[in-house]
Amino acid sequence: MLDQFKKGLQKTREALKNRFENLFGVNELDEEFYDELEEILVSADVGVKTTEKIISLLRERAKKEKARERSAARKMLKDLLIEMLDDNHRSSLATAASPPTVYLILGVNGVGKTTAIAKIAYQYSRKGKKVLLAAGDTFRAAAIDQLDEWSRAVGAGIIKHQEGGDPSAVIFDAVNAAKSRGVDLLLCDTAGRLHTKANLLDEMKKIYRVIQKSLGEAPHETLLVVDATTGQNAIAQARLFQEVVPISGLILTKLDGTARGGIVLAVKDITGIPLKLLGVGEKKEDLEPFNAVEFVEALLA
Amino acid sequence: MRGKGKLSEKDVDTALREVRLALLEADVSYKVVKQFTASLKERALGAEVLKSLTPGQQVVKIVHAELIKLMGETQSKISPVDNPPGVVMMVGLQGSGKTTSAAKLARLLKKNGRKPLLAAGDVYRPAAIKQLEVLGKEIAVPVFSLGKEDPVIIVSKALREAAKEGNDYVILDTAGRLHIDKELMDELLRIKKKTNPLEILLVVDAMTGQDAVNVAQAFHEQLGLTGVILTKLDGDTRGGAALSVRAVTNCPIKYVGTGEKFEAFEPFYPDRMASRILGMGDVLTLIEKAEAVVDKEKRQALEKKLRSQTLTLEDFLEQLGQIKQMGPLEDLLGMIPGLNKAARHLKTLSLDEKQLVQTEAIIQSMTREERQQPEIINSSRRRRISQGSGTTVQDVNRLLKQFEQMKKMLKQMNALEKGRYKRKGMFPF
Repeated sequence: MLDQFKKGLQKTREALKNRFENLFGVNELDEEFYDELEEILVSADVGVKTTEKIISLLRERAKKEKARERSAARKMLKDLLIEMLDDNHRSSLATAASPPTVYLILGVNGVGKTTAIAKIAYQYSRKGKKVLLAAGDTFRAAAIDQLDEWSRAVGAGIIKHQEGGDPSAVIFDAVNAAKSRGVDLLLCDTAGRLHTKANLLDEMKKIYRVIQKSLGEAPHETLLVVDATTGQNAIAQARLFQEVVPISGLILTKLDGTARGGIVLAVKDITGIPLKLLGVGEKKEDLEPFNAVEFVEALLA
Repeated sequence: MRGKGKLSEKDVDTALREVRLALLEADVSYKVVKQFTASLKERALGAEVLKSLTPGQQVVKIVHAELIKLMGETQSKISPVDNPPGVVMMVGLQGSGKTTSAAKLARLLKKNGRKPLLAAGDVYRPAAIKQLEVLGKEIAVPVFSLGKEDPVIIVSKALREAAKEGNDYVILDTAGRLHIDKELMDELLRIKKKTNPLEILLVVDAMTGQDAVNVAQAFHEQLGLTGVILTKLDGDTRGGAALSVRAVTNCPIKYVGTGEKFEAFEPFYPDRMASRILGMGDVLTLIEKAEAVVDKEKRQALEKKLRSQTLTLEDFLEQLGQIKQMGPLEDLLGMIPGLNKAARHLKTLSLDEKQLVQTEAIIQSMTREERQQPEIINSSRRRRISQGSGTTVQDVNRLLKQFEQMKKMLKQMNALEKGRYKRKGMFPF
């Protein structure tokens, strides 16, 4: 209902905009258009370098196709961004040929790893899948309790050890439990770690190896959680995490605020890591698969 | 030598283009950068260029000075409490680090002879109360909680408890919330009206991007902030959010969080932040950190050894212990310009408890002569040392290699420290 209302409003606004543009003759594709575009992209955290790249690609295309109007350039821009974000349509999540499927969730502190796990767990358990959570954040005070509360709320099992324990041991137990209990999906939580701390990256590598050793092709997804409010540092995060373990996708959280998460464009451009899931609120339902068309539209809104 | 005259429009424009890029790369808000560079242009035009500087460097010098001014000129503390107990509210987005900062602040106040009480006002996030209770226990500061009660009631009762127990500060942890969540913002406003807080501190993640202005502006407009705490500065973020937040709220940045340990909570130094945002490296913080931990005399002796390059494995062992107190070595190295990359490749230098014990064992299995002249350690000595310390020859080799790297690093640090004075006012471009 509300959405429809919003959409209607949007249409009105767009119609008005177009009329004004035509009225004052600013449908012309001029330098001002590119300046405005730069502001929009940089303000959405796309970053200066990627923004410059986008603009130069757009200029090329506009030249090649002899575009004279902003509306045409806008359309080209959208296509360009969609292509950048969604080459090969790799946004769907991999699953194991025979269960359990294992996802490893990583990220710096405070990005929303635990909440993202709860949301994924909820989606699968709602579909009747058997989900198990591994409380691999043994560092932060009460992180285990947080995951425990979520496991009850979303109807998933949990494997946990004591606070301060070895995270690899928890994960090891969880993988074995997942195998013996016939679990469909195992979600491994990990402690928040800055990508600049070598000892914590080593710990992460160990966790990854433990999963790999106990279950051939697992983890099926190694997902890096990135907070949509994060700026250019997300590039360093993705880059350094990727040096340690192969990252298969991004989860972009906290998109319900005013941040537009344009940083994923830069991350994709520089590291090639595709965006897979979007966190859009605090409730367990608030998780959406990434859709390049919708994402680009919201980014440029 | 003659001066280079005055800054021309071309000089200023060229330099400001670089500055603009640097600031945007550091996540300073697009609008703030625009305003800043525009006002700078006026100021810089026609300024004298100092003899020792290029026009570009002169502009950056002006930029740096202006940035420092913008960041606020003095460091701030928590307001003194006239009429105890006084409330300090911690507010901010989810995951910015409110709970950790609340505990760090409580520890600092306690260390300064205050009697803080922590109040658990995050009744939404699962296990947030438990988290604060665990942290409170670790720093031996009482935590007041009432489960999932209305936070307004929690803070009122916490105040009563504080008055009874003689606590002077009540530090209220609140739930993370979006600045556009009206209901939750109203909750904060009700707490504010009820308790008339001494401080309302916005906790901001230093890695925040362009959204920092929106967040800070919204919190400030709705609550009237008194200060800011900048967290997660221990990463490699340039922290442009600090400038954005400061520019839109004009509130002082009171503290910065630089790690997961309780001690990793420092006063804010505008000059260093300005340098970091501009990308100059944070040599000053490094020195201050080192000074706080390392005993001065030992340091002087070590410095002497470093200068004469007679660092021994015994010194190395001692140094390892001190570095452990300072936090991960790669963080320290990361603060030195030019060593950022080196630090990343020197992961072998990072230390954990176990490694330290092993290192100690290896060094202690050496003869005195070997410790002082590691060059003489040949393969048969290596074998003996590894057997004596219950390690492998590879471990011994690794340690010796680390030692060599460390020696090189320290020499570089030493050179940079000295260079800093000579090159005062010079910038990377």
